[in-house]
Amino acid sequence: MKFLAARRRNPIVALGLLLFALVVVGGGYAVVTETQPATAAMGSQTQVEDGERLYLEGCSSCHGLQAEGTGNGPTLIGAGAAAVHFQVATGRMPLAAPGAQAPAKEVIYTESEIEAMSAYVASLAPGPAIPSAEQIDFADADVAEGGVLFRINCAQCHQAAGQGGALTQGKYAPSLMESTPQEIYEAMITGPENMPIFADSTLQVEEKQAILAYINELQEAPSPGGLALGRLGPVAEGLFLWTAVFAALIAAAVWIGIKAR
Amino acid sequence: MTDITPSGHSSDHGNQPERLGYSPVADIPHKPRVTDIDPKAAKRAERQVASMFLLSIIFVILFVVAFVGIDKSTAIYIPVLGVVGALQVALGFTMGVAILLIGAGAIQWAKKLMPDVEVVQQRHDMNSEPEAAAEAAANYQRGKEESGFVRYPIIRRTLIAALALFPIPLIVLLRDLWITPPGESPEEELSRTAWHEGLRIVADGNFQPIRPEDIPVGGLVSALPIDIMEIQEEEHNLNARGKAAIILVRMDPDQIRSQQGDNWDYQGILAYSKICTHVGCPIALYEQRTHHLLCPCHQSTFDLADSGDVIFGPAARRMPQLPIGVDEEGFLVARSDFTEPVGPSFWERS
Repeated sequence: MKFLAARRRNPIVALGLLLFALVVVGGGYAVVTETQPATAAMGSQTQVEDGERLYLEGCSSCHGLQAEGTGNGPTLIGAGAAAVHFQVATGRMPLAAPGAQAPAKEVIYTESEIEAMSAYVASLAPGPAIPSAEQIDFADADVAEGGVLFRINCAQCHQAAGQGGALTQGKYAPSLMESTPQEIYEAMITGPENMPIFADSTLQVEEKQAILAYINELQEAPSPGGLALGRLGPVAEGLFLWTAVFAALIAAAVWIGIKAR
Repeated sequence: MTDITPSGHSSDHGNQPERLGYSPVADIPHKPRVTDIDPKAAKRAERQVASMFLLSIIFVILFVVAFVGIDKSTAIYIPVLGVVGALQVALGFTMGVAILLIGAGAIQWAKKLMPDVEVVQQRHDMNSEPEAAAEAAANYQRGKEESGFVRYPIIRRTLIAALALFPIPLIVLLRDLWITPPGESPEEELSRTAWHEGLRIVADGNFQPIRPEDIPVGGLVSALPIDIMEIQEEEHNLNARGKAAIILVRMDPDQIRSQQGDNWDYQGILAYSKICTHVGCPIALYEQRTHHLLCPCHQSTFDLADSGDVIFGPAARRMPQLPIGVDEEGFLVARSDFTEPVGPSFWERS
């Protein structure tokens, strides 16, 4: 005890106590909020009502009480269920802060809550529906055809290997490496933010499935050399050599040149 | 060359150089190293160098062990690198470290233990010996006389004439730099594409004709003329495809501020060339909210809602627009060819 008594005024102790208090309060709060009942979406009508409640709580401050849109957010009338599912299930909505583009982040709603919100927005006016399981099933799709279509329609922004790329004024096309087939399909038919819409009429369902198969191939392809460097090929590799390796060579040259003490 | 005086003495400590019979020690102050003064430090440096060489031996042995012991299909996870082939990483790492340690040991040896006293190395005279110079001059004179360069003036003159005329074939080879070849100029070639009145527009990829209602507001379609494959086969190249490639975008007609011609759109659907007017990169980075078209090569940005004008970047010309309409069956068609050259700028136009 003498050991403790001698050190209780140490600044480290105060820091430790502060951390402990923060963990207890924050953790306790998380436990309390976790216990809120998850919305069980049974009937379609209840789902729409639940969705409306969630909408009014989480979305109406920017998108308006009747989803008519405000200065801070566009109208959602006619946006469709697919747009809502894409934006909320990737964590892009609700927006944390206004900026050039909404980044994907941690999802704060459960899947059933997201479906309820999608059902509510879909009930306002017809719009693109959430794709069915058959629509996004790419098991029989042609990967090579998907590669051709990806390069014609997607690669200009998302890069030939789906790694994403920059657009104007802080906007960007995100990487597709973590995207699910459903999210990709929804993005194609709804055109989130500045992405153009690739409707089923011009890019047919089978063609979209081929693209999904190609992206799946990209996601699962191993990288035998390790450290893929964005799969950009010789440019990225050359840049790496010129910077990292040349820095190491210069450091070695400096070491050789320094006179020993 | 007089400022470095060769001198037979060392200023601070009369150690190694004279004893080893080296070049004269330079007459500048020399600061001894720790290893020169402290025998313990010298011993430690000796151990360092020897252990680097020893470690190199160990890594060579590890290389052999890895070569024999690791199956070439084994994959391992290494942080930062990701999943990599274990054999390749092991061979590269052990061989690299073994070579590195030999080099590092040698440098450490030179820096810490080998003498580091500044010494003078005398330069020898740059001139040849007088006898050698005289002999060379005599050789030249004899060659001149024996070859008969002076004695046969006709040979001399014809040789000079032949050498003077020799560059003429090279000039002929380079004539294209200033003489326009017969046939079409680049301007004429780029002014005419595969588009003509009534030609159907098809989507690149599936080559299906497009109805206006197929493209929603905010939609983007990469498109080509319907007969592009036949032209391509006929010409055996991709020039026609490169020139005729277009993008179709649809926006709310109220948002179109200007176009290159009156009503060149069809209900808000606009057709623009897909080839950047700067140096000709294919360009389809279309932002559906801002209506900006961004070229990935040099960031030229075109405003498709405002005649395709350049709003940023090095491109000097607007993006050429293709006038479009529908045929009697309701499919999108071109109303004429492009009215200005597509593709990159060239000499004949700025």
